[in-house]
Amino acid sequence: MDALDGNAIAGVLFEVFGAEMTTSAAVCANCGARAPAAELAVYLRAPGTVARCRTCMSVLMVLVTIHERTCVDLRGLDTLEIPASRGPSGWG
Amino acid sequence: MSPLSRAFRGRRRSDADPARIPPGQYVTDDFPVLSAGPTPHRPLETWSFTIQGSIDEPVSWTWEQLQALPSETITTDIHCVTKWSKLDTVWTGVSLDTLLDDVETSAEYVTAFSDGGYTTNLPLEDATGGKAWIAYAFDGEPLAPEHGGPARLLVPHLYFWKSAKWVRGLELRNEDEPGFWESYGYHNYGDPWREQRYAGD
Repeated sequence: MDALDGNAIAGVLFEVFGAEMTTSAAVCANCGARAPAAELAVYLRAPGTVARCRTCMSVLMVLVTIHERTCVDLRGLDTLEIPASRGPSGWG
Repeated sequence: MSPLSRAFRGRRRSDADPARIPPGQYVTDDFPVLSAGPTPHRPLETWSFTIQGSIDEPVSWTWEQLQALPSETITTDIHCVTKWSKLDTVWTGVSLDTLLDDVETSAEYVTAFSDGGYTTNLPLEDATGGKAWIAYAFDGEPLAPEHGGPARLLVPHLYFWKSAKWVRGLELRNEDEPGFWESYGYHNYGDPWREQRYAGD
């Protein structure tokens, strides 16, 4: 089955992290590859949503909705860069 | 097939015996393809099935050796945790009883492992006693890669994520260890009749 790209989970990532995440860099804990979230390989047709590293295909993120609660597992990620606030009161 | 007969088939399915449908499931005539990763394409020449772990020496079968074992054709209903059920599916494969026949082990659990890194766990007693197979044909045809070919585990009495696609072996374990979906919050056992979808159900 062909993977989708990270834009397929832009909405749920926005809900989870409170920011537009598709340009955020995700660093794979397995191979160290660094890529924008939009470039992850995403599999939606499964019991949960699985986002993999395009370089080594390791699992980076798994989102499972369990009784109206979405559980986000990030154990495959080394780093996820979340945009800091750039507003006047922000520190970014 | 004409639209008329398709409609007729649909009506027949909606009349399926409710006693065969576990709680929360609906019947489909399709065979949805679910996958958490890319579809491996394993050449049969390099395929093998290995039983390892709590066993003196691992045992392996090549594709040819597996084909030479007695096969069974099983007609069974399958139930996916994403809520579809498919009735009267027809599989051909080798019973795990045949593969485990000569294996002496103190293990009470198995983890099935697959090409692509997928794993799933189940009690050994759910993998034996005529309840589980290594299936390599569906409807009399070689099992397609998107459905787990060349061979997949078939454990139809549990939710279908336990029927690991692209299976390559069993790890015999004395301690239970959650597999892929089990570690992300799905139920450790997964009995569709008790609607054991998620941990705690």
